[in-house]
Amino acid sequence: MSWLSDTLTSTIGRKLVMSLTGLFLIIFLVVHLAGNFQLLADDGGLAFNAYAKFMTSNPIIKTTSYGLYAFILIHIIMSIALVRKNKAARPVGYSEVKGSANSSFSSRNMGILGFIIFVFLVIHLRNFWYEMHWGAIQMDDAGNKDLYKVVSAAFSEWWYVAIYVLCMVGLAFHLSHGFSSAFQTLGVNHSKYTPFIKKLGIAYAILIPFAFALIPIIMFLNS
Amino acid sequence: MKFKLKIWRQKNNQDKGGFKTYDLDGVSSDMSFLEMIDVLNEQLIDKDEDPVHFDHDCREGICGMCSMYINGEPHGPLRGVTTCQLHMRSFSDGETITIEPWRAKAFPVIKDLAVDRSAFDRVIQAGGYISVNTGGTPDANEIPIPKTVADEAFDSATCIGCGACVAACKNASAMLFVSAKISQLSMLPQGQVERDERAEKMVAQMDAEGFGACTNTGACSAECPKGIDLSNIARMNREYLGAKLSSGK
Repeated sequence: MSWLSDTLTSTIGRKLVMSLTGLFLIIFLVVHLAGNFQLLADDGGLAFNAYAKFMTSNPIIKTTSYGLYAFILIHIIMSIALVRKNKAARPVGYSEVKGSANSSFSSRNMGILGFIIFVFLVIHLRNFWYEMHWGAIQMDDAGNKDLYKVVSAAFSEWWYVAIYVLCMVGLAFHLSHGFSSAFQTLGVNHSKYTPFIKKLGIAYAILIPFAFALIPIIMFLNS
Repeated sequence: MKFKLKIWRQKNNQDKGGFKTYDLDGVSSDMSFLEMIDVLNEQLIDKDEDPVHFDHDCREGICGMCSMYINGEPHGPLRGVTTCQLHMRSFSDGETITIEPWRAKAFPVIKDLAVDRSAFDRVIQAGGYISVNTGGTPDANEIPIPKTVADEAFDSATCIGCGACVAACKNASAMLFVSAKISQLSMLPQGQVERDERAEKMVAQMDAEGFGACTNTGACSAECPKGIDLSNIARMNREYLGAKLSSGK
């Protein structure tokens, strides 16, 4: 299998891994957002809690979730390997760089934006994912773990909502480059499709993080 | 015109190097950037100082030898030109101009602004060639090639190998150069024999030289004096990954 490890450790192969894991995470965000909308249902969280129960017990979803954990880790580890390689490629830097003259802010700061998302992920997983799996959570009227209560308690704090919204801004910038960049890395660059992919990427990068950020804001205003 | 020049001076590859500032007066706005450095060097020689070393050859914008990183951009602020085709009218009177060499591990500094770009030669040697039958000159149009394909291959072939893409890239990646060289041959019938092998070998050599990976920022293409398009990099990715998946080894 040495041809495979050769390929995946080449500069192009590493980017392929970033691209494929990134595209998977892009799809995951849509699914996650669809679930989040149930937080806005006016039923004291019963629908959301039933959904949370389903997402943590259904065998197909559970199997997919292990893939998700792996892809997040691979995306992070590969990015660290790439940053190290890229830094090593220019040991002595320039005294003056006019980056804004030739490239977008997001494309030059994918690592920093990714780090913001990583910090968010740690907070997010600790407060909700960890609590759902191993925390001591009360049961709701339907006999499911009342994750809604945990979430609405967190979103009643202004600073928590502020951190959440700021991280979504970071996510938006990360996606605004990452979406179309993933296609370019896969070799999809065509005069017919690339302009559409770029527009779709920008629309996705605005709409999805905006919708994610809107939910805690609404819950904060209702609390 | 009058300028304050902040120029990188470095005796040799081992020297640490540093910036030195020079005041230059009486510069014509019609002078090319290299002619401006020539004037400075005349003055330095008169003062018995070591002139600023820099690469140049044709001074017509077609050889790719000149390689200055001017005010934070390779080949300076003007798009679509090499340093020799940049004129002092692109700067304002009294401006401070910072001049640095290309910065990349694969492009070690030889002296001052001159860097060793033979890493590019080794990438070409690894696969940037085609097998041909020796003998008489082939007739024109013996091999039919659609005009659109010929034009696109020619666009890729306009790369002059100056290294501005590497200099502009935040990762010092050589992908725009390597992809242009792979593209110009992979699109034409003459390049089909070594097509897979070429992509694999040239990318392997590019990595071995210590160039970085691509973040798709597009800085390379924006700064390229020949306007080589990013679609070349996408094509290289297709060629490379396709070759890796389907080749016999």
